[in-house]
Amino acid sequence: MADLARHERLVEDLAGSLEPVRPLQAPALRAALWLGAALLIGLVLASRIDTSGFMLRMGVPDLALAALGAVLTAVGAAVAAFATSVPGRSRAWALLPLPPLALWIGASGFGCLRDWIAPGTGPLHPQEVAGCFSFLVCVSVPLSVLIVVMLRRACPLRPNLTAALGGLAAAAAAAALLMPFHPHDATATDLLIHAVAVVGVIGLNGLAGGRLLGRGVGNG
Amino acid sequence: MMLAMPGCVAGRGWALAPDSNPALDSAQAGGRIGGGARMALEGELAALMAATQGGDAGAYRALLKACLPIVSAIARAQGVRGEAVDDVVQDTLMTVHRARASYDPARPFMPWLRAITQRRAIDRLRRSGRRPREVHDPLAYEAEADPGPEPGQGLEARDRAAALARAVASLPDGQRQAVEHLGLRELSLDETAALTGRSKGALKVNLHRALKALRASLMQERR
Repeated sequence: MADLARHERLVEDLAGSLEPVRPLQAPALRAALWLGAALLIGLVLASRIDTSGFMLRMGVPDLALAALGAVLTAVGAAVAAFATSVPGRSRAWALLPLPPLALWIGASGFGCLRDWIAPGTGPLHPQEVAGCFSFLVCVSVPLSVLIVVMLRRACPLRPNLTAALGGLAAAAAAAALLMPFHPHDATATDLLIHAVAVVGVIGLNGLAGGRLLGRGVGNG
Repeated sequence: MMLAMPGCVAGRGWALAPDSNPALDSAQAGGRIGGGARMALEGELAALMAATQGGDAGAYRALLKACLPIVSAIARAQGVRGEAVDDVVQDTLMTVHRARASYDPARPFMPWLRAITQRRAIDRLRRSGRRPREVHDPLAYEAEADPGPEPGQGLEARDRAAALARAVASLPDGQRQAVEHLGLRELSLDETAALTGRSKGALKVNLHRALKALRASLMQERR
């Protein structure tokens, strides 16, 4: 038999502690706010862009497609993360970043292939490797923290999935922001560094963020 | 059976028809509720939730009470059994409270509630699944008691509850209030004294007399 007395006590307690709340904005709008923060970081760094070199690189189809893929992955993953943080929204939102992710990975991989067929750039200097890696991590961390804070305001019922999507959004945004500062074509080493940084960011978000998000909604 | 339109009852806040909850019980989980009734229920719950977000405690109380049988039915449909259903109800209400800002008043309420309940039910099933069971031993597995109610237990319980309700209703006002608040609702003496305006001593005496009278009338009924 249902423990009605216990439920009624809880109902009274919850009703007694009720405070007005403002309904959260739509997931797409919240994603746009977060993307705006990422754009702000790009604007802060804009003075250091080698514009002519960047325009030259964007004239190469696979580099342009990789940049487009990274930007669209960041947008898609951010929208998916905010959508999955709201109860009752379809899980299919999690598939949204997959097509641009395929474009991003495919175009970057094609860049490596081109380099093998027509070698000319050679392996990256260790200092450049460290620079790219630290750029990705330094930009990803604040974006990850911001997205976790924003996602905690909702109710992610699948905290690990939502946090992984948030991590993908942060990593893709960082990779997209890196492109104007990247003084060379994609190489195998370059792609590997990207992959390590991106997977690291997603993994850390999935582990730590999942716990943070789960705790945020009293995940029993 | 349908819910009455939610409204503000003078001085008492929001109210739903008191006999409406059983109608929602299995109907919601089994999807057998009619389309019009579902729309009406949906609209009413959404209106209560919107009022809840604005800080209306009466609407919140009515909403949570209306949700109790719905949440129980969804939990049972997920495979939760016995006392664990009550735990899922409690977990769900707590999550609803913490997550109330995530409900969008422009969207239907039931998918939001169902998603929370299903997740809490899955959490509960996972936790209970981690407890060791002797499933490798066929005899022990066969002999494990079913935690659910016995066949016919619900009918007996309903008969007993009806007999008790009749006996309580026949008590004098003071004794009836003492039994209802102290015995059935499990309120404290202080809370009951504040509600009824009677002294704690009078309540104790009334409860003692009421229990004695109930014992006598129920014994008589059994014979």
